[in-house]
Amino acid sequence: MRVRNKGRIDRSKPVSFTFDGNNYRGFEGDTLASALLANDVRLVSRSFKYHRPRGILTAGSEEPNALVTIGSGGHQDPNVRATVQEIYEGLEARSQNAWPSLEFDVMAVNDLASPFLGAGFYYKTFMWPRAFWEKIYEPIIRRAAGLGALSGQPNADTYERAFAHCDVLVIGGGPAGLMAALTAGQAGADVILADEDSLLGGRLNLETLEVDGQSGAAWAAGVAAQLNAMENVRVMTRTTITGAYDQGTYGALERVNHHTSVRNGKAPLETFWRIAAKHAILCAGALERPVAFQNNDRPGIMTAGAVRAYLNRWGVAPGKAITVFANNDDAHRTALDMIDAGVHVSAVIDSRAEAEALGAYTLIRGAHVTNTGGRKRLESITVRSASGAQNIATDCLAMSGGWNPTVHLTCHMNGRPTWREDIASFVPTEGAIPGLVTAGACQGDFSTAACLQAGAAAAAHILGCDMADVPVGDDCAYRMEPLWAVPGKGRAWLDFQNDVSVKDIKQAATENFRSVEHMKRYTTQGMATDQGKNSNVQALALLADATRRGIPETGTTTFRPPYSPVAMAALAAGAEGKGFMPERFTTSHVATKERKAPMIEAGLWYRPSYFPIKGETHWRQSCDREVGYVREAVGVCDVSTLGKIDIQGPDAGALLDFIYTNMFSTLKVGRTRYGLMLREDGHVMDDGTTARLSEDHYVMTTTTAAAGDVMRHLEFVTQCLRPDLDVRFASVTEQWAQFAVAGPKARDLLNGLLDAPIDGESWPFMACGPVSVGGIKARLFRISFSGEHAYEIAVPSRYGDALFRALVKRAEKLGGGPYGMEALNVLRIEKGFITHSEIHGRVTAFDIGMGRMVSAKKDCIGKTMSMREGLLDEDREQLMGFKPIGPVMQLTAGAHLYEEGAEPVAANDLGYFTSVAFSPTFGHYLALGFVRTGAARKGDRLKMVDAVRGIETVVEVCHPVFFDPEGERTRG
Amino acid sequence: MRLPCPLCGERDLREFYYQGAAVSLTRPDPDAGADAWADYVHLRENLPGDLEEMWHHAQGCGAWLVVTRNTATHVVKGAKLAMDTKRADTKRADTKGART
Amino acid sequence: MVDLKAKTPLDGMVPVTIGTVTLRELDGGVMTSLSPYSGQEKVLSDALKSSHGMAFPKPNRTTGREGARAIWFGRAQAMLTGPMPDAGLAKHAALTDQSDAWVVVELKGAGSTDVLARLTPIDLRDSIFKSGHTARTDLMHMAASITRTGMDSFVVMVFRSMAQTLLHDLEKAMAGVASRG
Repeated sequence: MRVRNKGRIDRSKPVSFTFDGNNYRGFEGDTLASALLANDVRLVSRSFKYHRPRGILTAGSEEPNALVTIGSGGHQDPNVRATVQEIYEGLEARSQNAWPSLEFDVMAVNDLASPFLGAGFYYKTFMWPRAFWEKIYEPIIRRAAGLGALSGQPNADTYERAFAHCDVLVIGGGPAGLMAALTAGQAGADVILADEDSLLGGRLNLETLEVDGQSGAAWAAGVAAQLNAMENVRVMTRTTITGAYDQGTYGALERVNHHTSVRNGKAPLETFWRIAAKHAILCAGALERPVAFQNNDRPGIMTAGAVRAYLNRWGVAPGKAITVFANNDDAHRTALDMIDAGVHVSAVIDSRAEAEALGAYTLIRGAHVTNTGGRKRLESITVRSASGAQNIATDCLAMSGGWNPTVHLTCHMNGRPTWREDIASFVPTEGAIPGLVTAGACQGDFSTAACLQAGAAAAAHILGCDMADVPVGDDCAYRMEPLWAVPGKGRAWLDFQNDVSVKDIKQAATENFRSVEHMKRYTTQGMATDQGKNSNVQALALLADATRRGIPETGTTTFRPPYSPVAMAALAAGAEGKGFMPERFTTSHVATKERKAPMIEAGLWYRPSYFPIKGETHWRQSCDREVGYVREAVGVCDVSTLGKIDIQGPDAGALLDFIYTNMFSTLKVGRTRYGLMLREDGHVMDDGTTARLSEDHYVMTTTTAAAGDVMRHLEFVTQCLRPDLDVRFASVTEQWAQFAVAGPKARDLLNGLLDAPIDGESWPFMACGPVSVGGIKARLFRISFSGEHAYEIAVPSRYGDALFRALVKRAEKLGGGPYGMEALNVLRIEKGFITHSEIHGRVTAFDIGMGRMVSAKKDCIGKTMSMREGLLDEDREQLMGFKPIGPVMQLTAGAHLYEEGAEPVAANDLGYFTSVAFSPTFGHYLALGFVRTGAARKGDRLKMVDAVRGIETVVEVCHPVFFDPEGERTRG
Repeated sequence: MRLPCPLCGERDLREFYYQGAAVSLTRPDPDAGADAWADYVHLRENLPGDLEEMWHHAQGCGAWLVVTRNTATHVVKGAKLAMDTKRADTKRADTKGART
Repeated sequence: MVDLKAKTPLDGMVPVTIGTVTLRELDGGVMTSLSPYSGQEKVLSDALKSSHGMAFPKPNRTTGREGARAIWFGRAQAMLTGPMPDAGLAKHAALTDQSDAWVVVELKGAGSTDVLARLTPIDLRDSIFKSGHTARTDLMHMAASITRTGMDSFVVMVFRSMAQTLLHDLEKAMAGVASRG
């Protein structure tokens, strides 16, 4: 019901929205909660476990009941708190956790079965049979107990991430936060002021308090305008600081477009901020706690502060006959504000015997509300006092058990709050978050005057500056007597979101779950998405009572980030789709795509699998053809993705000698050498060729996969182990586009392109040096990864596309063409060359048959450890080749090896295949792999078993080099 | 988490690569024996409190750093260039060697 | 003789303007990384001054001017952009041609800072990251060099192969910033 002349909504701007398919109207400035209350919608949800009818409890982000689903399809957003969601034209909201409807929910039968569903119910009931756990119990529980659901479609909303930096982060824009921001802003500091509400002012917008002789709301609006005008102050409304992290890092969720219908794929729905702040001032205020009494969860029972918030901020009276039940003076404001607005107040029930009426309303002192009536909306309450029990008709009960400082962020780094007896609640412990101080209600200072003063003082203290002028504010003392639960029968609710009652806490204590952490897990108290914001302190007090301990000894559970729920999509913002990881394209990418080559990922790089031509229907046809190019004519392959590191300086050779197992200082200028690199633990790290371009200048190549690791390794060795070496290096992977030209006609191809022809004498095997192509300075290396007469030619990357096209064109004229990764793999397996499939991190130089490459003349990384006992054991698995010799001809990578007659079990395992290919050159499959005792088994028959695919093949152990073992073709 | 790179200033954690305790700076001689090498490569103290650690400013300046971090509280007490630490250690060892 | 046509990393995919921010590709000209040898820092800086009119930049700073700049590029490294390096520099430093290794873009216009703040964790505040300042940092998982060249203009470099990812990320951030008006 709307109340005239109240609230900060814009009555000239009506807004239509739907809830469960019904059309309603509200006004701009309404939340979904205020608009529903204005339309007299009381029942908004069903509770988590018992499906009890529930209404709106609060007016803020702590709301445990009024969770709804907004939107549909890819835009569906479940578990949105109606108290936070602002309405916009066309908003569609739906209730959750009810079937077939909110009004008639079959699962409400759970409520009748409640005697069997109390604390520990899951643990006690779903113990056996074990087979039922996943297939029967879990699906049932998930269906019955639940929140909203995702659509199952990809998220169609846009999320954004961003970083911000400031001198002072002010968390919360109430009276304390405004004064802190004003003080820091006026002192010239870079300030970020964040508040989860759309308006600055905090409770000043929800109360009728005055500041400096004007309404609190008007004063806050004035300060907000002042702050917005300051260049050094960034005001972030609709922004929740969700977590406090190390070194002054804070997470913040900005709800950018939840209050609009803009969903264009560009404007973000939410932005997740990471804020680095030198200082932070927590001015998060306080949250009102309900009182536990029988049936205290009926729609229409709300916190007292929320009841008057709806009146003062949104011009809505949440009932026609209001009652108040409290243990403190503050809640009496609700009665006063209502009377002032012309709303009937039936009675104020105060548990304190000495309470006094602060206005013209009926006060029942020393009394409790012991029960309530009305199923889907509150109709009456039962009040018990010294003079007996009476029923009072009411449709809205405003309850208050006092206020809890919002300490949550101060607990995010393991800090525990401190109990303060006078307010019967916890306050933050100083220093809990380095660099963060607290001020105002979150510190237990509840009066407006104290908040204004504390905010200004906190900022002035941090910055060593003057306080902004502190205005005059209300300075009422906070008077309360603790009241956690009203004694009596029936279920009195504590945690509304997880349906935990006073009984459950007592039962936990009875069953010896006395530790607060055990009680929490046994009852699920505080484990819902609101983390028990409305109930933890009461539950703790009741546990303390039940276990006859004081509250400080009982302890508290820990609040963890996020302060309020954050969608995974917001945390992952920017990392979806193409943002997941960078894509690295070679210079031949466009030309490759033009040939419709399917691409495969190699680390971040995209490389062609094969280049299909007309008539080919299977990748193997393309692959076999491309292998043929290289074996019979000439093939061209982009090898730019291999890491290239430019190494210069007087000690370049010495560094390489230390990095590689073999010698590089002795390498002649104009020559290239294969090198093997170990990790310090003696296992192989990487391999590749390194060329000596001049006396003090080498260029190293690494494998594509290990390029980054090798670069970091070089940085480590030169900075941390051998800073004495005068050597410098830089990655040149991206500077050079490099192409393999391989096959018997490789030289012919090059000689048709190079500005000056080459011959076998000037460019013998493993030669390298500068050449010129089309007037461009290029580098030529005579190296081979295929076993053929081959070269790699490198040009500055800007010419990569042109050179690739020119090479391919000429190769095609010579009966060859481009080849992809599949063919490259077949070629190197035929030749017994290793990749990271073989040097997978657990093999030594000895294992891959390169033991003799570990030079005895010098130390190198990994040398000492590679000589360890066990790493040189003759019984180790060593690299060998394999070919099928039985009726089954298929080999598969990952298959394991056994003696022919042995059972294929782990105890009999002799080794495994690392690389397998069908060789068009030999007409059958070939494999590389590791087998125990290695070379000693040459010629043996073994059994390959692929347990996953169910394949058994008899194989012969061969030398790993199948093709041209003498290397005549490479050298020729 | 933020780390103070001596060259770049305070930077976000995502720019750094973590290696572990700063043991790796003191590489044993090749003939130091199996125990010394096993300690160097495999064994690390794991006590709560201040620890000198190796971090690489991989997405920044490329410097390896020795960062002093409290493993219990995550308080970072400072960071030095590993190269400077290594050089100072080498110098100290050389001086000591010359004396004995 | 074969005619090899040069292509830039973004080859016609830019300029792009979204809202008030424009992204364009720059021709970095000759780019040479300079890494002074042991004890050669001062000599190199002097040689750089006499041959190219700029000192070796201090960490996080640039020297020179538009068209001929030395950008600090990491520990003991600077990127000389523009001029062909004087051959004499090679006595004091390792010189490596990097002219083709990076995609170089300029981000210009009101809101450029906000665009970058969506992609990189460094502190871009005017008072901290001033014109002529530079940083090696992370930009959406890419190793980047970011230099402020004016109140609302930045030069951003990442590895050439990642040019299209850079474009994608910048465009997305530009659209997000523009949507706020």
